[in-house]
Amino acid sequence: MTQRIPIVENILSANDRLAEENRARIESAGVFSVNLMASPGAGKTSIIEQTLSRLADKLRVAVVDGDIATSLDADRAAAAGAQASIQINTGGECHLDAVMLQGALNQLDLSKFDLLIVENVGNLVCPADFRLGTHKSVLIASTPEGDDKPYKYPGMYRGVDALVVNKIDLLPYLDFKMDYFQRGVEALNPGVVTFPVSCRTGEGLDAWTNWLAQNVKR
Amino acid sequence: MHELAVTQSVLDIVLRHAKDAGAKRVTDIHIAIGELSTNVDDSVQFYWDIIAKGTIAEGAKLHFRRVPAELQCMACFEKYHPDDGELVCPKCGSVGAKIIAGEEFSLEAIDVEDQENS
Repeated sequence: MTQRIPIVENILSANDRLAEENRARIESAGVFSVNLMASPGAGKTSIIEQTLSRLADKLRVAVVDGDIATSLDADRAAAAGAQASIQINTGGECHLDAVMLQGALNQLDLSKFDLLIVENVGNLVCPADFRLGTHKSVLIASTPEGDDKPYKYPGMYRGVDALVVNKIDLLPYLDFKMDYFQRGVEALNPGVVTFPVSCRTGEGLDAWTNWLAQNVKR
Repeated sequence: MHELAVTQSVLDIVLRHAKDAGAKRVTDIHIAIGELSTNVDDSVQFYWDIIAKGTIAEGAKLHFRRVPAELQCMACFEKYHPDDGELVCPKCGSVGAKIIAGEEFSLEAIDVEDQENS
């Protein structure tokens, strides 16, 4: 006999449960954590380097780096002053998930840190679907990507707690219309805190690092 | 792409519920996907045919119910469907909307046979 069983369960609930475990673990160690997401080349690793150069003497920072292959980014974070940098090679997966972050947390003594920066895989689609358990999700956009990105990747833009717009030093050379970009952002994510920055000139980076530092509980 | 991870999650949930119900075989799986959800559908059946092999859900047919997006304007509270990704309220022209529906990605039901050869 055939019978229908109603279920109604979120398909990614297993990941969500693990994300909650990660959060509890990070929280109980008194660490503030961010998940940095962006397309490839937006400047995630450069932002981390600049952040470390401003915060490494004030805060103890750990960096977890997700990449499909190589440890180039983790090496850059270590060179820039991260007190721990852990590379996760996803082996082809397009995003980090809560299981992978859990594996990285197992390699860290969280009590030794104030701030945990997770650098997700460069991708504007998949990372938005997988919660990691970090306190804040941050999207790093960059002006050469174009001003239409909020409209094309709404899932990413509406899910983040803060937005960094990198490479603003290039604005005079691009057809990037900030009004149009911000209108898209405002439609998807009203009032999201936004930091226009340039890693090359340093403009705007203090506001970003102050925001991070204010979120760290001392 | 992450369809494999998604399909594995579906299988885990299906097998858990089928076991709880004492089912011998799972024939159909009903999934709701919101219009705004980025997860794809067709390829999930492809992965399913591979990863469900050897389980009681082998050969099950996946059915996808598409849930249309619905937004509510935060200025005038008009409810509307975002056509062509346009996020402007058709009534008052404001941007900024709350998503009421369209982000679903859930398993709604499974059809099971509770006896062999039934």
